[in-house]
Amino acid sequence: MYNAGKIIVGLIIFVVFVTLPFIISGEKAKMKPEPKIDTPEIMKLPEAERKCVESKDFMKAEHMKLLNQWRDWVVREGNGTYVNAEGKTFLMSLQKTCMKCHSNKSKFCDECHNYAAVKPYCWDCHIAPKEKES
Amino acid sequence: MSIDRREFLKIAGLTSLIGVGGVTLSQGLKKVVEASQVKPNLEALTAKRWAIVVDMSKFKTKEDYQRCIDACHKIHNVPEIPNPKQEVKWIWTETYEHAFPGNEDEYLSEEIKHMPFLVLCNHCANPPCVRVCPTKATFKRKDGIVMMDMHRCIGCRFCMAACPYGARSFNWKDPRPFIKKENENLEFPTRTKGVVEKCTLCYERLAIGLKPACVEASNGGLIFGDIEDPNSEVRKILSSRYSFRRKPELGTGPSVYYVF
Repeated sequence: MYNAGKIIVGLIIFVVFVTLPFIISGEKAKMKPEPKIDTPEIMKLPEAERKCVESKDFMKAEHMKLLNQWRDWVVREGNGTYVNAEGKTFLMSLQKTCMKCHSNKSKFCDECHNYAAVKPYCWDCHIAPKEKES
Repeated sequence: MSIDRREFLKIAGLTSLIGVGGVTLSQGLKKVVEASQVKPNLEALTAKRWAIVVDMSKFKTKEDYQRCIDACHKIHNVPEIPNPKQEVKWIWTETYEHAFPGNEDEYLSEEIKHMPFLVLCNHCANPPCVRVCPTKATFKRKDGIVMMDMHRCIGCRFCMAACPYGARSFNWKDPRPFIKKENENLEFPTRTKGVVEKCTLCYERLAIGLKPACVEASNGGLIFGDIEDPNSEVRKILSSRYSFRRKPELGTGPSVYYVF
């Protein structure tokens, strides 16, 4: 092989360069997002009532669609009450209903949104609950 | 490999079956929402067409006006922007000649000439702003409220050009720094840069059975009710006293009436 030294050194530099982002971020890249649902508001509720408006699996996958629907129902159709699959009723409001329980936007919303690199523009207008520094 | 007609039909049938089945399965989750229902709030105030009567005889001092303005601007997180070219207002005061142009008279009494009139969105029966909005961000509700859907507003400002009452304000910059922290209402959103806003007749308060904030703060100066209900308070006042509206000749059918 001609110029073996140069080629091998070049290859090593190339491999290091390409894998640099993974080396630098290290374990952080592998960390899964863990949204926290242990806000004081939720912990205050009795065990049986610690339920979101729909099932956990549904909310995980479809909360963005549900929020869109809520928005249309409230703003455009003027219906304010949501009746869920179990027949329980809720006031449809991001600030007055969702964030009353999930008062930890940074640990609940941002946790996954940052991981998935999505930037929903909810908070351009809607006011996030004030979080206590801990 | 060649297939005969019979083979082909078998394969086609099977594939479409798998396809349809897959779609149905994936929509299983969606069904949960479809099974859910929505309904209007039980305590909501309803009407065929909301209207406000401004009883000018109840507005005597500057504070009488300011109380209404502050009540509205506080609960709706309306920013206080010092530059008048960029200001945002939902309810404000205007002189007689500005509020009722064409009616000013050379020999108008000094009292009326300098009297401030409380003005707000007229929630017109035939709103020009709704007609020009290209995204239907502003629309008319069944109860007569000319409503804003901030999610849809693209900030084209056609509605501002169309509104003959100047009831609309554009957010030239992020309004958040101009809302005092102690005045912030955490239960109502702010707006963002690049959208148009105006009075929404407190749709969010009506939904929970409360009258608009300005009406509540006015100590009887503003009367709120259903104009299509002959027994409503507003109709009683309008049938007994002389009333006038802003620019009725334009045919917009304003729902805000003034009485002396």
